[in-house]
Order: sequence, then structure tokens, then C-alpha cells
Amino acid sequence: MRFFTERFNYLFKSTKGLILVAIAMIGLETAIFGMLSGPMAELGVRDFMVRTLKMDIVQAEREGRIIILYHSIAMAVVAIETYMITSLLKMKEFYRMAVRVLITAGYLLAMIFGMGFAYWGHNWALHGLYITGLSLIFFAGVLLTVALWPWNKDYYQPEKTYARTKKGVDMERTAFFATALTTVISALFGAIPGSYFGNGFETFLAENIIRYPEKTTMEYSVIGHLHIMLALIAIMITLIVGRWLNFKGILHKIAMPLMILGTIVLNLGVWGVVTPLEPIAHMIIYVGATPSMLAALLLLIWSWGKLIREGTAQIQKPNFFHKIAALVRDPLKFGPTWQMLFMNFTTSGIGIFMAIRLDEIFRVWPAREERIELTGHWHALSAIIASIILMYFGDMIGLKGKIRQLYGWGILVFSDIALAAVTVFEMKRLFITEAGQQPLVNGLMYTIDFGLGLLLVLLAIVMVWRLLDLFKKKGRWTEEAGHELSREVKQ
Amino acid sequence: MMHTDYWTRINAEKRGEKPFYSASVRAHPRPSAVILVLTLILITSCAPVNLDAPAPAYDTGVDPNSWATIPAGPFLQGQAAEPASIEYDYEMMVTDVTLGQYVAFLNETLAGGILKVDGDQITGPYPGDEFHGVKHEIRIDAGDYLIVPTDDPASRFTFDGTSFMVKSTWENHPMTNVSWFGAWTYCGYYSWRLPTELEWEKAGRGSGDDRSFPWGDDIARNNANFYASRDLFENMYTFGSRTTPVGFYNGKTYGAYTTLNSASPYGLYDMAGNVWQWTGDVYEGMHYRFLRGGSKDTYDMDLRIWVRNNATPTYTSPGVGFRCARNP
Repeated sequence: MRFFTERFNYLFKSTKGLILVAIAMIGLETAIFGMLSGPMAELGVRDFMVRTLKMDIVQAEREGRIIILYHSIAMAVVAIETYMITSLLKMKEFYRMAVRVLITAGYLLAMIFGMGFAYWGHNWALHGLYITGLSLIFFAGVLLTVALWPWNKDYYQPEKTYARTKKGVDMERTAFFATALTTVISALFGAIPGSYFGNGFETFLAENIIRYPEKTTMEYSVIGHLHIMLALIAIMITLIVGRWLNFKGILHKIAMPLMILGTIVLNLGVWGVVTPLEPIAHMIIYVGATPSMLAALLLLIWSWGKLIREGTAQIQKPNFFHKIAALVRDPLKFGPTWQMLFMNFTTSGIGIFMAIRLDEIFRVWPAREERIELTGHWHALSAIIASIILMYFGDMIGLKGKIRQLYGWGILVFSDIALAAVTVFEMKRLFITEAGQQPLVNGLMYTIDFGLGLLLVLLAIVMVWRLLDLFKKKGRWTEEAGHELSREVKQ
Repeated sequence: MMHTDYWTRINAEKRGEKPFYSASVRAHPRPSAVILVLTLILITSCAPVNLDAPAPAYDTGVDPNSWATIPAGPFLQGQAAEPASIEYDYEMMVTDVTLGQYVAFLNETLAGGILKVDGDQITGPYPGDEFHGVKHEIRIDAGDYLIVPTDDPASRFTFDGTSFMVKSTWENHPMTNVSWFGAWTYCGYYSWRLPTELEWEKAGRGSGDDRSFPWGDDIARNNANFYASRDLFENMYTFGSRTTPVGFYNGKTYGAYTTLNSASPYGLYDMAGNVWQWTGDVYEGMHYRFLRGGSKDTYDMDLRIWVRNNATPTYTSPGVGFRCARNP
């Protein structure tokens, strides 16, 4: 009995255990349900999976299934970010415990019963438990926001090297608070129309109605919700990476107000789509996105500078190549900010290019072609966030030496190969006709599968290693049980 | 790199780790294997496509000149199967308009001066649409618009400057690379019209139930021509998916390939897959024209009855065709 109690306590009470469980759950879900996607259907894998797992796939319910699938993965990612925040930032123990209990129960309920409802017949009890899970996550978010209240003097920033107000209010904590608060509010923009459409069985995917000139308030709300939630998850991971790397100094002092401003304006723009401000909502969103992205750029400049300084400390006059070698010496520290830069190629760049040339290029193509670009760059951003989480995870489980290099570079290279291919696939119509595209499409699909497949294999190896570790009496898990991320931040 | 190795080693030792010499080089995954795989993929990706690769010829036995009557009455519309009704009888072509039919039309109308050659395209007159100035809406004034391009190598017809000819074996395939104006002009020339979306949907689904496909709720590879459906006309390693003759999926066996009878309840063929079909609605505030049915280039999900696609009316593609409707 003690064997199980100890492992259970590690997996569900310690920060690293909770993160391990959530990553394993996402990995498992991705591996199973990724088998149902387009290329897998071509190969006949989808039919095999449906038969083997006795899934109940109804054609008319595809959109609803996908929405639940997206949410169940997203909730686990939100849970991972929450574990990180509650371990990195100071807060009362009651809040830390309550938030973790609620969000863990919430995402597991949402994932297990949501997917059960979506793919194995409509047992409404399962749907109820799915909604219960989402509700628990919402309440966890409310509690987290309360816990992060930055105007509590206990949380004032005593050190002048970090962004703070004259009174000492911690600007970084304020940025976390603003992001958590706006996330909770933005969740309502999905929950309210979700209840409306879900109860009327009229689910739809936002990318399918994008060209309709007349949209209802509920439809706008869904479109706004999906955009802002992903953006907020991205902003939160940027803040988390900044804390992990101990972002400070003058750039920190500039970046944090920008992050707060960007987050608030971005949200106001997205919330504006359901108000009379809709015609200018996009402009407000651009205005909000700019400071947020600038803040991420400042983090990148600071962290690369730090990596180079630390890596060349032993060299009297480092040349360019020394600096580059120092920069890429540790893929787990270099990778997250590199991914933020790479995101400009796969997501922001595509998004801005589409916005600028929308009517001249993209809206000349059929809507189904535009849908590929839309869904492609959202998926790419999600994958980038996931890869950043995996890199932080690699660092927190103490990978060292060759394993650290292999794991870090594996995630970085495999994900970027896949995402670069996805980006080319999205934009292929710019340089190849439909009639002549098949060899290119095949090549890109192989590249995507190659990258993502190896990434999943890498993750599976780590997960199996950690599973086997749990059977050891003095495994790594025993060391990690009491670790908090805040104590591992290098000063 | 000597310096790099030095401090890498020193730093590792400072951290109490086992020394790993030249770790920054040796510890990375061997890039040669990754580069080799990616190079091979790149080489195969750049292979040119033979757009004139021979295609088999089959007589499906379905007459492309036949029409089906859709009786007035209620039916279930859309994904949510909401009650709808069309209060008049109408007729729809049993198949998509074929290349043979369209090329005959092109030759006739070109000779009659209705259509014109304008550079690399055939154009025809259109009376224009009311403009509402809605965001993204593009004005379509009265004037001549693209009917078909004459220089697209993916077209299954040839043009010698004065007349059109169907390329060998493609006579009974659906007409493709035709714009919405080209479809609209064809139907109008014979005093027919393009079906509205509602008419199209009822003709595809019938009025008996809320089926997802014209033949029922599930789809098999030999129900319709869709992406990677492994029909006799596709090769996913080279030219990809191509059109099948109209009415191909009628239960007949072609060589060793047996199709399922996939007609809609009213006897229409190819209402799912093969080519997207232009419909006739012109909606207020948007210049886009809507397409239905999915195509040889889309996954099965786009073949579901209610799925809508849209494009500018001048858009042409090897995966887009049409059929006409008329009042009895």
C-alpha cells in the first residue's frame, strides 16, 4: 500500500509529478487521436483505430468531436502552466493547494469523460462530467487570479533589478495577474456561446464561417474566444520562461509594462468583437499584440545575451563563432526563446501576411484553401507552445550531458522541421498549382510526419523512462517529490 | 572550436558532471541522417507532374443528358437537419456537365459571337450584381468575365485559336477549370440555371432522412472520388487525384474495381466527390459564389451534404465543375 501511496503523492501532489502526469496524458491523447487525422485516414490507420477501439464516429458530429478534442488537450496545457505558476510564484499555501486540486480534477474529468462522450457514444452523464471538469478549471482560474493579487505587500518586489513600481509592486507578478484575469474573463466568451450552440446541437468550427459577412454575436464570440485563449496561453508561457530563466535588468523593466499593456489591449480588442467596436476590433488587436511581442523580443535579447556571456566567460576575447557556440550550447535554455523567434515564421508572419494580402491573394482562393492557412498557423502556435513546455520539462527533470543535448536538440529540430513543412504546405498555392502539387504535398507530408513522429518517439522514450523510474525504490521521483521550481531558478 | 571545447569541459566539471569531450559537437544528434532523409524528400518533392498521363476510358452507362425531377415538399436541411421546404418541382441534371457537352457549347457560342477570345482566356457577358459596400465585398459590374482559361495545362481540352477539342479519353468526365461565370453562362444559354444551394442540397439528400451522404450515413473508398480514395484514375505518388467519368460510382465493376451505387435518393450521381459544383445564389454583401459536394482533392469530411465552400466567381480549378437545374 505504501508503494502506491508514495507514488500517488509524487504524481498528484508534487509539482514535477503533476506536470509529468499532464504531459503523459497529452502525449497519450495525441498518439491515439492523431491516428484519426487526414494522412492517417489515407493509410487506412483511422479505420483500424475506429474498429479496434470500438469508437462511435458519426459524420454529422465531427465538428463537436474536434471541439471537445481541442479543449481536452488545451485544458491539460493550461493545467501545466498553472502548476508552473504555482511553483514559481509566491502565494498562500491554501491557494496553491486549492488551485492544484481543482485544476487537476478538472482537466482529468474534461479529458477522460469529454473524449468518452465525443468518441464513444453520447452518454450524457459523460458530457455532464466533461462540463463539470471545465467548470472546475474555471474556478481554479478564479482562485489563481485571487492568489496572484499583486498589491499584497507580501508579494512586493524588494530587488531593484526587477520591474516594479515606486511602491514596490512586482510588475512581473502584475503581468501574471493580468494574464490570469483576462484568461478567466475570455473563457466566458467560449463558455456562453458553447452552452448555446452545444445545447442546440449546432456546433461549428470558426474557420468554416470566416467569410460570411453577417455573423451573430455568439459566432463572433466563438471566433474571439479561440484566438484569445491561444494567445493568452502563449503569453503565459512567455512569462513562465522569463521567470524560469530569471529575466531581470533594464530589459525586464521595459518588457513587463509592455506585457501588461499588450495583454489588456489585446483582450479588449478581442472582447470588442461582440460589441459595436467590431469594425475596429482587429486594429485594437494589432495594437495590443505589438507590445506583447516586443516584450517577448526583449526576453529573447536578454536571454541570448546571458547565454553568450555565461558561455564565453572563460574566453578573453570571444569571436563571433565563440558567441554562437555559447548561445547554442544548452538547447534547453536556448530553445524556448528560439521557438518564440521561429513562431514569427510559422504564425505571426503568416498571420500578418494574410491580413495584408487578404483580398488580393487569400480570398481569391476557395474558402477551403484559406481554412488550411487558418487552422495551420493555429496548430503551429500550439505545437510551439508544447515544445517550449517540453524543453522546460527536460530542464526540470534534470537532464544532463549527452541526454540533455539529444533531448533538447531533438525537440527543437524535429518540431521546427515539421512546422516549417506545415508553413510551406499552408502557403503552397503561392508557388504551385493544384494540378502540379502532388509530389510537393507528398514530400511535405513525409517531412511533417518525420518531424512529429520522431518528436513523439522522443517523448515516448522519456515517458517510458519515467514510468520505469516509478518502480524504483530510490528513483528520480523520490528526489523530485519535494522540489519547487522557484528554488531552481538560478539567481 | 578549441576554446569552445575547453570551456565546455571546464563548465561541466564545475557542475560536477562527468567530462564529455567535444560534447557540443558529439552530443548533438547526427545531422547527416536527418539531412539525408530531408534531401531525399526534397528531390522527390520537386518531381514534375505529367498532366497528360494516360487515363483509362470507361463507359459508365449513365446518360449525361438525363434529368431527374425533384418534387416539391419538405426535407431536412444542413448538418443540424433542420426542417426546410421547397414549394415547387424542379429538375436537376443527373450528372455534372461533361467536357463533351461544354466543349460543344464553347464552339457554338464562340462561333455565334456570344463568347470572345481575350488573350489567354474566353470571356462572356454578365449583367453585374448589386453592390452593397460590405467589408471584403468586391464590386461585380456589368461586363465581360472569364469563362475558361485557354492556357491552363491542367485543362482537359485544347484550343487552337478558333475551336475547342476534348483531349482523348476525357469526353465523359466532368467539365473543370470553368469559372462561375462559365457555369452560369452555360446553363443560361440553354435557358436553364444553376441550382440554388437549397435546391442542390435537397437533390443530394432527398426528403426521407438526415443522411450525411447522398447514399447514406457512411462512406467507403468506392462510394465516391475523393482524396486518396484509391480509384482507377489516381496515383498519389505522381499526378495525384483526377476526375472520374460522370456516374462512375453506380455499382458497376470496371476491370477488377467494383463501385458502390452511390446515387442520391432522386437518382443523381456524383453529388459527393469528383468535383465541387458551383451553385447559383448571389448573396447580399458578398461576391463569393458557393460550391457544394466536395471533390477528388478533398477528404471525405468535405463530401458531407451540408458542407459549403466558396470562391470568387472567376476562380477556376481542375477540381471544380457544375450541373444545371431547370423548371419542368
